[in-house]
Amino acid sequence: MMAELGLAALWLAAALAGLQLLAGFLALRPGHEAVGVLARPAALVQALLCGLSFLVLLYLFAVTDLSVKLVATNSHSDKPMIFKLSGAFGNHEGSMLLWVTVMALAGGLIAAVEKRLPERTMLATLGAQAFVALGFYAFLLLSSNPFERLSPAPAQGSGLNPLLQDIGLAFHPPTLYFGYVGLSVAFSFVVGALLTRQVTPEFARVMRPWILGAWVLLTIGITAGSYWAYYELGWGGWWFWDPVENAALMPWLAATALLHSASVLAARDALRAWTVLLGVVAFSMSMVGTFLVRSGILTSVHAFAVDPERGTFILALLAIYIGGALVLFALRAGTVAEGERFALLSREGALVVNNVALSAILGIVLLGTLYPLLTEAFDVRVSVGPPYFNPVSAIFFLPMLLVLAVGPLLNWRRDSFARIRLPVLILSGIGAGVLVGVWLATDIGILPLLGLSLAAVVAVASVLPLKGRKLARVPLAMWGMVMAHLGVAVALFGMAADTAFQQERLVAANVGDVIEVGPWTARLESVLPVSGPNWQAIEASLTVRQGQGRVTMTHPQARVFWSPPTETSEVALVTRWNGQLYAALGNQAEDGRWQVRLWWKPFVTWIWYGGLLIALGGALALLGRLWVDIRRRVAMRKIAARRADQVERGTTA
Amino acid sequence: MRRLRIFLWVLVGVTALAFGLFAYQLRQPKDEFVASAMVGKPIPPFDLRPAVEGQPGLSSADLADGKPRLVNIFASWCLPCRAEAPQLEALREQGAEIVGIAIRDRPEDVAAFLAVYGNPFTRIGADDISEVQLSLGSSGVPETFVVDGKGVIVYQHIGDIRAEHVPNILAKLREAGA
Repeated sequence: MMAELGLAALWLAAALAGLQLLAGFLALRPGHEAVGVLARPAALVQALLCGLSFLVLLYLFAVTDLSVKLVATNSHSDKPMIFKLSGAFGNHEGSMLLWVTVMALAGGLIAAVEKRLPERTMLATLGAQAFVALGFYAFLLLSSNPFERLSPAPAQGSGLNPLLQDIGLAFHPPTLYFGYVGLSVAFSFVVGALLTRQVTPEFARVMRPWILGAWVLLTIGITAGSYWAYYELGWGGWWFWDPVENAALMPWLAATALLHSASVLAARDALRAWTVLLGVVAFSMSMVGTFLVRSGILTSVHAFAVDPERGTFILALLAIYIGGALVLFALRAGTVAEGERFALLSREGALVVNNVALSAILGIVLLGTLYPLLTEAFDVRVSVGPPYFNPVSAIFFLPMLLVLAVGPLLNWRRDSFARIRLPVLILSGIGAGVLVGVWLATDIGILPLLGLSLAAVVAVASVLPLKGRKLARVPLAMWGMVMAHLGVAVALFGMAADTAFQQERLVAANVGDVIEVGPWTARLESVLPVSGPNWQAIEASLTVRQGQGRVTMTHPQARVFWSPPTETSEVALVTRWNGQLYAALGNQAEDGRWQVRLWWKPFVTWIWYGGLLIALGGALALLGRLWVDIRRRVAMRKIAARRADQVERGTTA
Repeated sequence: MRRLRIFLWVLVGVTALAFGLFAYQLRQPKDEFVASAMVGKPIPPFDLRPAVEGQPGLSSADLADGKPRLVNIFASWCLPCRAEAPQLEALREQGAEIVGIAIRDRPEDVAAFLAVYGNPFTRIGADDISEVQLSLGSSGVPETFVVDGKGVIVYQHIGDIRAEHVPNILAKLREAGA
């Protein structure tokens, strides 16, 4: 019964999306304005129905209803409750339902609270949102029904894979999905504004919180994914330019550019066409990413269930939305007026340079990811990896950081070099000093060298906008910018330091041997078998010590799970403020010695601290914007009340 | 405005082309193994430095001295390479001469690998950037090529050599003139 209830709610929600689409778009035609009143209620009820449908799915997983195919294939009655629940969206069908649900909730929220835009633009936006949602409803209901029954029901579920019982893995995909949905909302706003020819600063202000929210979640998702690959895959790397990683990076790059461009539009009424284009591109990249990952069209180290039918479906959606939006933009290009002009040396100018650089990096990553697909069509097989991505993206990334350092110091519209000469000189001095100092003291590659120098420049530059301000009066949004830019410096420093200074030792050691790597000494104390609830392992005990610091005991394992039989390497990490010691236990040689692999990774953790700082900065900016908005609403209401009061008194007097 | 419009139409065109490519590739069968286009062709010239101390490196000239050989693409970091080590040993015992190409590896790692899993190789070249591997048309490790005495690739085995593959590989080597 419950499964049918969930399915019925989902069909009803889809029907309401159809109604919302018709009401939103029909009302744009002269003489049909009246139907517009249906759009907002349709969005609200749709959100409720979708929410209900998702709750039903959670319930089915909570009680392990094995007559539902999705539960039977992905769950097991012995799983801990938290993994039963996360299992509901840890698979293709469930995650698509989550996607649609979040989209519907976002639509409901816009319909309920957003009143700043002209009503026509709002209706067009809600119509566009329903149009996008309908595609996903169709995908879900026609090719990925999560509520499909299984008859006869099996006695037990088959989803007890211990490797997937990881809390990080349970919440990583939804985080990215939420980000993608946020970008879909921005996309709907763009289409709405194009349809009604209302690309205005107000439109950018309304759209901005959604971009910020999406961007924060994408940042967290990418940071967490990078850390997961680092400790779980056991290769000691933190970015592999794998297609699946690129699929998450590309929307992030576009969202970063969109965020900055929307800020210019909101503050200065410039960059209208850019903002519209980036709004389309950002959501397109989320869809292209999902397509590449889910269709199996590219081979990747991340194995996903591959299904060409679903791939075709997503491709059709891609063609409709992206193609449709681009054609609409091309047709309306004449109506997106140019906006305010500005000098090259201005805040806007710096943001344009950064947007161009971000777009160029996006293009480079996209080309590198798709290139094997292109050559394959001509029967030439290539693989594109770090030797392409690292230097080619650095060509744009490094100059972009220079502009990032100076941009926030510039005034809007027009500025003079004389005004910022002093800070620029100081920053150049710091950059040159670090560059020469590190170059003389060490022997490292050119990219990490530039990275270290620029990290110092950006770190100092990021706090310069606070100079001469009363800290208590600095708006939250500005704190957000400062923190995010500082995060870029911190992450860059971590990347450069780890690349330049990491050290690795692979030794065959007897118990009692001492291994040195970088400033660390490690002693292999024992190697003993241990067992857990569903695994057995060989566990090494290492006492490790950095210089004369405190002694820490650490335990890397080579673990074997029984069902399904899987071998994993459980690496041991010893974290200090200045980096991580990464230890992995390998096989035993015939002479009885154990393979022990030790990495000393200076400041590697700063990569993820930096990522989190960036996300935190975005969250602060979001809070700041919402706070200002709420205060403005309260003030407007008070003014309106006072006016009404005066009018009333005026009439009675 | 005109320029923006032209740019957008170009973008629409490029997007359409990309989608066409996607659609085409979706319909293509995904082959799990990528057979080398080099089978039947002479080995491209190369010259690799020794991968470990005390054993010579490998050049294309070494493969064209009249004697057919197995060229094994391996790496110390590759798990299936460990699994196939006993089979390589068996091939060597049955008279196959095997030369190795170590992919993206370091001398000390290769030495440690050989110390643990045995050394069936007469020569080992170090291919630090997978250059020779790619020129042979090999897309992964391990792979094994049968090369005849004139330096022509006659057979390619993709993946680790299991016990049941050994007779076939020996037969191919014999066909090549051993």
